[in-house]
Amino acid sequence: MSAPWVRLLPRLLAPVGALLIAAAISSIALLISNQDPATAFSSMIEYGTRPESLVSILNRSIDLYIGGVAVAIGFRMNLFNIGVDGQYRLASLAAASLGAAPFLQWLPGVLRILVIVLIAMVVGAFWAGVAALLKVTRGVSEVISTIMLNFIGGQLVAYLLTTNHLGVQAKGSNDVATPLLPKDSWISGIPLIPDARSEVNGFIVVAVGVGVAYWFVLGRTRFGFDLRASGQNATSAVASGVNARRMVLYAMLLSGAVAGLVGMSQLLGERHAHTTSVGGLGFTAIGIALLGRNSPVGIALAALLWAFLDRSALILDLNEIPKEIVTIMQGTTVLAVVVAYELAERISRRGQQRRAGATVSEPDPRQPSEVPA
Amino acid sequence: MRRSRGMKLLATVGVAIVALGTAACGGKGNSNSGSGTDSGSKKTVKVGLAYDIGGRGDKSFNDAAAAGLEKARSELNIQTRELEANKDETENDKLARLKLLCEGGYNPVIAVGFAYAGDKDTGPIASAAKACPDTKFAIVDDASVSAPNLANLVFAEEQGSFLVGAAAALKSKSGNVGFIGGCQVDLIKKFEAGYEAGAKAVKADIKVQAKYLSTIADKCSGFNDPAKGQTTAEGMYDQGADVVYQAAGGSGTGVFKAAKGKGKLAIGVDSDQYNTVTPDLKDVIMTSMLKRVDTAVYDFVKGMGEGKFTAGKTVFDLKVEGVGYSTSGGQVDDVKAKLDDFRKQIIDGKITVPEKPAAG
Repeated sequence: MSAPWVRLLPRLLAPVGALLIAAAISSIALLISNQDPATAFSSMIEYGTRPESLVSILNRSIDLYIGGVAVAIGFRMNLFNIGVDGQYRLASLAAASLGAAPFLQWLPGVLRILVIVLIAMVVGAFWAGVAALLKVTRGVSEVISTIMLNFIGGQLVAYLLTTNHLGVQAKGSNDVATPLLPKDSWISGIPLIPDARSEVNGFIVVAVGVGVAYWFVLGRTRFGFDLRASGQNATSAVASGVNARRMVLYAMLLSGAVAGLVGMSQLLGERHAHTTSVGGLGFTAIGIALLGRNSPVGIALAALLWAFLDRSALILDLNEIPKEIVTIMQGTTVLAVVVAYELAERISRRGQQRRAGATVSEPDPRQPSEVPA
Repeated sequence: MRRSRGMKLLATVGVAIVALGTAACGGKGNSNSGSGTDSGSKKTVKVGLAYDIGGRGDKSFNDAAAAGLEKARSELNIQTRELEANKDETENDKLARLKLLCEGGYNPVIAVGFAYAGDKDTGPIASAAKACPDTKFAIVDDASVSAPNLANLVFAEEQGSFLVGAAAALKSKSGNVGFIGGCQVDLIKKFEAGYEAGAKAVKADIKVQAKYLSTIADKCSGFNDPAKGQTTAEGMYDQGADVVYQAAGGSGTGVFKAAKGKGKLAIGVDSDQYNTVTPDLKDVIMTSMLKRVDTAVYDFVKGMGEGKFTAGKTVFDLKVEGVGYSTSGGQVDDVKAKLDDFRKQIIDGKITVPEKPAAG
């Protein structure tokens, strides 16, 4: 009866412990800079839980969550997709430009939203696909190629997002952006938080959908099983009839397609154009996936935590507390989680081995199911 | 083995994230914000100022804004609060920062940098002005957004750049001068356009080399990359330039170092950089193109204190001495007469300075 608890306890212990360690290290940093940690944390919590802040946290975590899932898909296959940044920047630019292009104006709004999202996914998948092809055909490490593709993609966006090509500039403005999307393809907000003046970005529905799809495809389908199997042990997967190369290609394409969705909440629900400020979440997404341990719920919690820290940092500045403390917290949380999980895993593995050893030498008839075969 | 590879990668990424974070903190730990003399005065004005990425310490643009605020603080009975931007933040974060200031009773609120503009109807400054209708706002470097409680402080950078371009051409012996921009954006292209036009007004066949250190693709990192500024400038000097003008924020120091190493001249930007650099670099700074963000901020705050507020665009150009050139160090004293003649012609409208470089 106590089995689920026993199994769940170390799982919960690790993240909570990691958070505590991060809080402790941040407190030390605060004390060194002559600040009171209690004041800092209480003002963060007070500001971070205001209705207006909750909306902002949810909105920010949409992009972080989708990005985290994109990275996690790769992780499951033992692939390191560091190229989320380049993938979603290109995707967002292409989707924004085509979505506002005159030759698509005849499409009714809802259909155009679908087309925009589809374009973003295809472009994201395409950019990730370049890295996948290089890996499958030439054996190029995706770690290297995706980083380089980030730069290439970034330069491509910079080249295209000028007034000579896809960009427009409002009179008197110094900023360049793509033309605004037609009003009928803006998605409206959802008044999720009572008492807040602003609304939660409607794209949160898609983010939840991505999470569910991720859980279902990887955990409940044969494709997902093959993918995880190839990730855990490529040789044995090949031996059992899985085409490992094709799995690399599929996983990378899938990861890129999801990455393409990262910029969509901003494009459809907030800014309605691709601007120069799009980009930069790719590396944060890696941290989120690590923090969430690749689990759909874990990534969501990690994204919310990250967004909360980002948001509550705003108040620190106003209270003359260096807000960089939040960056320290985020970094130490990721490190602590990685270390804590590794420790927990080793301890439980040692425990298992000891138990297995004990049962072999002296079989216990009451608990045969607890011993892994 | 899979496990060890995975762990190594995880650890590397974790460390990288922490390192990135701490790097971003470098030299920004200040929260300089004195409270004015609280001598029982009831009408203490609280001024809020929001920086764009980069913030204080660039010895150039943002520091000029800070200097203006500092001057206002020391002369007037006001409280100030300065907030800095996070990297990778969205426009929503910018809006939140502006609202934090206006809802905290800060009035006026000054947004430094065009990134606060965004869309003219739904961008951060437009939304903040709507959310806090009783607060007066100002935005530096943007004239696209208009609201009844918003002042747009913009500069005619091309006019000031024209004058230093003319100075460069007058001083150049090789007939070859250079321009280094921090980031390839339209705002910085105005500097290049004016500089080139000024140089050609003096000497029609002068060669003007132009290079940019970054693009928006790398988030305009060229505004804070002295090493790249140095190598780029060295390349220009090697190709025959003997004066290089930099509009590259914090990267300017690198340009000055290159000039020092090659025994050539350089031109500073925004602040009078003869006075902001270390003493060993002073003699390479021929002049600086002044963009008086400090004056703009100071005048705005002072005007507010006197109950004066003008909504809409205020252009700081040569006529109102919102832009100009510096004479510290005395290196342009011999051509001052000619420069002042150009200055007069621009003010009188006899010369119209282009805002876009000839070569696109």
